Amino acid sequence: MGTYFGNIWRGIVTILIGMGVTWRHLFTPAVTIQYPDVKVKLPERARNRLYVNMDDCIGCDQCSMACPVDCITIETVKSTPDVDLGLTSVGTKKRLYVTQFDIDIAKCCYCGLCVPPCPTECIVMTDVYEFSEFDRNNLIYNFATMMPHDVEAARTRLAAYEKDQAAKKAAAAKPAAAPSAPAVSEPPKKTPPASDNKV
Amino acid sequence: MKEVLLGALHNDILAYVLMALVPLAWVVPFALFAVWWERKISAHMQDRLGPMRTGGWHGWAQTVADILKLIQKEDIIPAAADRKLFILAPYLVFAGSYAAYAAIPFSAAFVGSELNIGLFYIVSISALVVVGLLMAGWASNNKWSLFGAMRSAAQIISYEIPVALCLLAAVMVTGTFDMQQINQMQEGGIFHWLVFQKFPFLFLAMIMYFIGSLAEVNRTPFDIPEAESELVAGYHTEYGGMRFALLFLSEYANMFVVAAIASTLFLGGWTSPFGDFLSGPWWGVFWFLSKGMLIVFVQMWLRWTLPRLRVDQLMEVGWKVLIPFSFVVVLGVGFWVMAVR
Repeated sequence: MGTYFGNIWRGIVTILIGMGVTWRHLFTPAVTIQYPDVKVKLPERARNRLYVNMDDCIGCDQCSMACPVDCITIETVKSTPDVDLGLTSVGTKKRLYVTQFDIDIAKCCYCGLCVPPCPTECIVMTDVYEFSEFDRNNLIYNFATMMPHDVEAARTRLAAYEKDQAAKKAAAAKPAAAPSAPAVSEPPKKTPPASDNKV
Repeated sequence: MKEVLLGALHNDILAYVLMALVPLAWVVPFALFAVWWERKISAHMQDRLGPMRTGGWHGWAQTVADILKLIQKEDIIPAAADRKLFILAPYLVFAGSYAAYAAIPFSAAFVGSELNIGLFYIVSISALVVVGLLMAGWASNNKWSLFGAMRSAAQIISYEIPVALCLLAAVMVTGTFDMQQINQMQEGGIFHWLVFQKFPFLFLAMIMYFIGSLAEVNRTPFDIPEAESELVAGYHTEYGGMRFALLFLSEYANMFVVAAIASTLFLGGWTSPFGDFLSGPWWGVFWFLSKGMLIVFVQMWLRWTLPRLRVDQLMEVGWKVLIPFSFVVVLGVGFWVMAVR
């Protein structure tokens, strides 16, 4: 009989204790963050959307090779010696046209492995994390800045240059073979081909 | 109220239909509000915020949006369900809980039907809900639903006894079943309320009535009929769209019915706690509704405090605790009433 009343008493008391707890929590400020209105500050060095500063990219393909999920696609076209593509901000000479630099951010696993290999520090992880899209294809970011006709022009120029070089090589090889002259001492002169300097 | 309508319309049928619709003007907004309120209370008790965006201020329009969605949803009736019963059940459940409003005195000037057996009528008509729930569970042809319905029936029937006995204790003091008269007897301030009469018997009666009523409306800690973690949703698992909304509406309507009975019988109903101060027909509505809402709040408060009881615990509380104690209360009040007379 004692346990019977004791149980009832304990039931009542513990219920009241529980109600006290919930009552206090009713007035405790909520921990919820109203996300689109209020945003949590991201930690420094948070790894989110990738960004490529194309002015500094030398098209070395190191980031693409480092990427474990192969989400970076880079295509380059060699520049001809008559064209000066300029220097990057760290002083590296640019020798390649970067005709394509695509990052499929939908594949990206945000490991950040592409960042350290970059010799010019042009690929970085930003703190932007709101980039949802309705179309998956919009998640393939094209960073290359060259227009298609410029790419075409660069390709034809390179092809012309290479053809020219091959022709010169052949021309240099023919006389060298016939008179058996000391062709070794004189390497084929690299004359810049007369081309339009419109780049 | 009835006289006013009869006089204005010169049409008996229209007047009675309008009269029957008056509580609906409270029940539907109440259900919408209470669902939102419950979500807010539950959220804040768990240090969350709950709905915040729909409608602007603290998500006030969330339930309105929900009900609009439910109305638009496709009406799905499972192929294996008993079609007729499945369709009928939500209406029966709602009819059972809405019929109780006929005898609830909202104010000194308004009670749907001035029955001299008002309380008896409410207790008996509420039992119709059980039939509806069983029907819903059976017609769904789903094991969870049937389990839920059977648990619900077992629970409601076993808790009717202590609830009825506690109400009987109050009726022994008032000497009438007429809800309006019970209210009038409690006029004159907070100390005339029945909960403070025959202390501590009627106070105990009110607490036990409240516990029993929680079980009657299937609320936590007695929500085993719709235990989400075991039975998905109990008897309304198979319901969707408007039929589900109707079941939900009657659940919340029922919550207010039991709160209204508690407030009428024990907390003075529409009487002002300050005697003549702030009393009158319109203040009566205010007092009645605020007392009802207070009890609804406590129901919600308990829901977010206590875990669900097991079936054996539920039966133990009902048969071994509430029923003996309610007999003690009935006997105590009975002797007191007889001795004082």
